[in-house]
Amino acid sequence: MSATSANITASEAPWQLPSRGKVGMICLIIAESAIFTIFVAAYVFYIGKSLNGPTPREVLKVPVVGTICLLSSSLTMHWAIAALRKAKTGLFSLFWFVTLALGAIFIIGTAIEWRHMIYQDGFTIQTNLFGTTYYSLVGLHASHVIVGLVGLTLVMIFALLGKVKPEHTERCEVFSLYWHFVDAVWVVVFTTVYILGR
Amino acid sequence: MASEAVPLTIHKSPLAVVYEWLGTADHKKIGSMYIVYALLFLVVMGIEACLMRIQLAHANSTFLSPQVFNRLFTLHGTTGVFFVAMPILVGFGNYIVPLMIGARDMAYPRLNAFGFWMTAFGGLLLYGSFFAGASIAQAGAAPDFGWFAYAPLTSAAFSAGHTADYWNLSILLGGVGSIAGGINFVATVLTMRCPGMTLNKMPLMAWMNLVLGGLILVTISPLTAAQMMLMADRYLGAHFFDVQAGGSVVMWMHFFWIFGHPEVYVLIIPCFAFISEVVPVFSRKAIFGYPAMVAATVSIGFVSLGVWAHHMFTVGMPSYGNAFFVLTTMVVAVPTGIKIFNWLATLWGGKIRFATPMMFAVGFLFQFLIGGLTGITLATAPFDWQLGNSYFVVAHFHYVIVGGIMFSIFAAFYYWFPKMTGRMLNETLGKWHFWIFLIGFHLTFDTLHIPGLLGMPRRIYTYEAGRGWEIWNMISSIGVIFQGVAVLIFVYNMVASFIKGVPAGNDPWDAWTLEWATTSPPPEYNFAVVPEVHSRRPLWDIKHPEDPDWKYE
Repeated sequence: MSATSANITASEAPWQLPSRGKVGMICLIIAESAIFTIFVAAYVFYIGKSLNGPTPREVLKVPVVGTICLLSSSLTMHWAIAALRKAKTGLFSLFWFVTLALGAIFIIGTAIEWRHMIYQDGFTIQTNLFGTTYYSLVGLHASHVIVGLVGLTLVMIFALLGKVKPEHTERCEVFSLYWHFVDAVWVVVFTTVYILGR
Repeated sequence: MASEAVPLTIHKSPLAVVYEWLGTADHKKIGSMYIVYALLFLVVMGIEACLMRIQLAHANSTFLSPQVFNRLFTLHGTTGVFFVAMPILVGFGNYIVPLMIGARDMAYPRLNAFGFWMTAFGGLLLYGSFFAGASIAQAGAAPDFGWFAYAPLTSAAFSAGHTADYWNLSILLGGVGSIAGGINFVATVLTMRCPGMTLNKMPLMAWMNLVLGGLILVTISPLTAAQMMLMADRYLGAHFFDVQAGGSVVMWMHFFWIFGHPEVYVLIIPCFAFISEVVPVFSRKAIFGYPAMVAATVSIGFVSLGVWAHHMFTVGMPSYGNAFFVLTTMVVAVPTGIKIFNWLATLWGGKIRFATPMMFAVGFLFQFLIGGLTGITLATAPFDWQLGNSYFVVAHFHYVIVGGIMFSIFAAFYYWFPKMTGRMLNETLGKWHFWIFLIGFHLTFDTLHIPGLLGMPRRIYTYEAGRGWEIWNMISSIGVIFQGVAVLIFVYNMVASFIKGVPAGNDPWDAWTLEWATTSPPPEYNFAVVPEVHSRRPLWDIKHPEDPDWKYE
């Protein structure tokens, strides 16, 4: 027999559902991770299989500075959100700007590295299997960084105009998930290309 | 309480109506557009099938040239997977799931619209290839390399002009639309449920659309990646699938089938959802083993990601590679079998009502089972070495696609058409549709197993006489006539019922899930008052307050 009351109207606990923004962004991250996984798989499969042309050791320079910048930008992004949550909008703008700058340094570093490889070393996507898989994998990551930089810039503009308030913390957190994802992918790409594949 | 919406009659100019539909973000309108779009392409796909079966009815036939035949089977497969099956299933999910969970709309309505229009334009782009055709010099014609577009046939060297690009880009667009849909389904089911509807109390269709969304995210993306690689090969001089540079064409196969196999589970999981809604209502019993059904669906989602190379048994993978995929493919049959047992257990002891939706559902149960069994046959690698790329494979997948997916889609139509339009579909016409289609389906696809066993390869435009294949091909082609007639009856039924069918009311089937608590069709806002549920069958609780489900769950 039932021991509950005949009339259930109010639920005992308040009705809590996960955050829509976070779930949506995590889903996007899952899909993008699957795309990156395939490019990483192709890269790993083709290690050492180029028939000719330069090997990774011959043309790759480990992007230490860029990597440090990109990984630190996750930290500064985290600090920015924490500041916004505590209504310290000035500090938020500062850390957000630093995040943007660090990301920009990473991209500029990649661009310089590529310029050297393409024009000085004559190493392109057409050169060999290494070229094909390197430029596509690192390029795919770089394009995701650029999209992130566009988003960062937009929020920077809003922040400078004084439009970003503590109630927007949740939305900035959703965006930060994307940025952390970009960082995490770089860890995987860096390990695959500059450590595993050299 | 059912909402008492009194429709206002506002006179709208035709242009305003068109603009309203073009710019809508309402899940019901988008769902309807997905369904109508898919039905149009279903007709196109059917015509392609008819032409092929006419060509194959006789030995040494010259009805179609080999080039045209190749384009037909490529487009038939590509259209069927991407522009018929996926849109129609996503369309039903879009329309019904928010209603079932007591929500106002999907989690991301504008993303929903974006997904639809991407899919729509993808389909138009694919068929644009017919018009671009050979009339524009070197522009290429419709794709003709099979729906799996194996490398290196699709490379710049072997596919001149833009033939491969039509395939590549149209599917890429459609894929982006599907990923958008996947994100939306997961977010909707996880974050938009009405108060009281814990995950454990959702209708099974909501669970299955959740698994569907997640599976779409990891299934379509590998294809997107492979297509980017193909574009790089064709236009940037990359060497992903370039054997002369040391590349591997088998890698395309791996990447394609890493997409392609879970894709068929993406197609069947919504069908499981339809059956899980129809069978209980027409057996007058709650679904047997709800937790097992959820667990089975989730495990199918996961295991399906590990079986892809059973499409590659004849490629020459090492023995341990083949063995691994034989085993995983057999494992995925286990949760599927559990679901079939649970549906049967739902029927057992129920008060079965053979309305048209139930007839199609029962047809599904038999036919999907048989299709699954021929799948297990093919999963045995040595068997596949004989039957791979033969008509046995064609018969197998059409059994699950037509006998399974198509039948469950028909069931869904007869079940939910009243909700979407406010009119019942005609039962007599429905029964005619069912029986004629059943006969046609079995004539066509039962017989096709035999030429397969006798060695007839797939994708051949004709065959010589005297191999013992002619009679089976002829019977198979005759079956197409029945299927065509049945589909015409169905289309007529839909149009006539839409105009002057019997008014349905809120709940014509005496069902139990929330979509039946609102009017038919639902008002724009779905529910005037946000529902609160306490069990898996909220309408049962409302209709039977003296014996509610929450006492037993």
